Amino acid sequence: MGDSQYSFSLTTFRPVGEAGADRARAHGRRISGQTSLGIKAANGVVIATEKKLPSILVDETSVQKIQSLTPNIGVVYSGMGPDFRVLVRKSRKQAQQYYRLYKETIPVTQLVRETAAVMQEFTQSGGVRPFGVSLLIAGYDDNGPQLYQVDPSGSYFSWKASAMGKNVSNAKTFLEKRYTEDMELDDAIHTAILTLKEGYEGQISANNIEIGVIRADREFKVLTPSEIKDFLEEVE
Amino acid sequence: PQIFEYNGSAVVAMVGKNCFAIASDRRLGVQLQTVATDFQRVFKIHGKLYIGLSGLATDAQTLYQRLAFKHKLYQLREERDMKPETFASLVSALLYEKRFGPYFCQPIIAGLGEKDQPFICTMDCIGAKELAKDFVVSGTASESLYGACESMYKPDMEPEELFETISQALLSSVDRDCLSGWGGYVLIV
Repeated sequence: MGDSQYSFSLTTFRPVGEAGADRARAHGRRISGQTSLGIKAANGVVIATEKKLPSILVDETSVQKIQSLTPNIGVVYSGMGPDFRVLVRKSRKQAQQYYRLYKETIPVTQLVRETAAVMQEFTQSGGVRPFGVSLLIAGYDDNGPQLYQVDPSGSYFSWKASAMGKNVSNAKTFLEKRYTEDMELDDAIHTAILTLKEGYEGQISANNIEIGVIRADREFKVLTPSEIKDFLEEVE
Repeated sequence: PQIFEYNGSAVVAMVGKNCFAIASDRRLGVQLQTVATDFQRVFKIHGKLYIGLSGLATDAQTLYQRLAFKHKLYQLREERDMKPETFASLVSALLYEKRFGPYFCQPIIAGLGEKDQPFICTMDCIGAKELAKDFVVSGTASESLYGACESMYKPDMEPEELFETISQALLSSVDRDCLSGWGGYVLIV
């Protein structure tokens, strides 16, 4: 990246101000990668992503882009799949450690904080590179429905609705227009599908998107293709 | 020398109507010699959560310091007070960490939980929790305390009556135990 004198390590600052790989990430998650989005409704949260596979020969049921971290917290990503899997593993362990100590399920804010702290460590330790993913964490706890975005730098934000990945600016404009404070969860799911459809190259179907939902029952669920199909039909 | 009887102690907690009482004796001894008559064994964690620690006095103090530390960090991180049940799990985990070199204390935890429901529990020195609906006891006078509480306790007592009951139970039990006594300290919430 230019100054050869300082590019021996990803985690060393140049005099100008920003370390090598993080220049791209510090200001705005230029994580490209498949679009994903999340919407917080009055009675729940929905997260969704497009699931474009490299070939029609790939078995799409084996790919799971949306995962649960605890029974009441789910997560979706944009960026590098393998990095995502590592973070999911770490976050799940942290959630369990919290439970072991307090016999209480971890609040969403605490899990987000700890995951973000892990991601930050990798921007400041030697011999490692930052995680190439942005996460959207959705959960429902005593403080109600919550949606957080976590970036490779380790910064996190709470959102009412957000998008990440390649189509982010269009998707966010679309969401800004459509979002209302007292939206019901089913409306939010429809809006999420419409937003994905906006930027989708090709034909959207129940097998090439993934949707995760958490309602007031506090159980995070990934929708099955047939459930997605029902919502798709309602939208069209 | 018996390690749990080295300093002498008596701690008891009782449940009343939307309130709880926790009480302890005031004696600090070194085996048969009394060294202090104003020793504090019941500590505040937050406005609605108290912990009484019987057993070895040095462990009681250190354990309290560690717990206060953990609770303050929890308050800062989670922006709320710990619920009594959560705190009890924390104490249990902390004690079990030292399973093979334990703190020689028997904690009694008393607090008001959600909607001000009283919560009491006790555990042994390695963290085995014991919840109770009526009263919990610990210390060198525990056997007398069990008897006194069992006969004097009634459910759903108002704070004033609870105070009388727990004080009488404490005083009569420590009178039968040479290692605890020299007055009592009673706290009602």
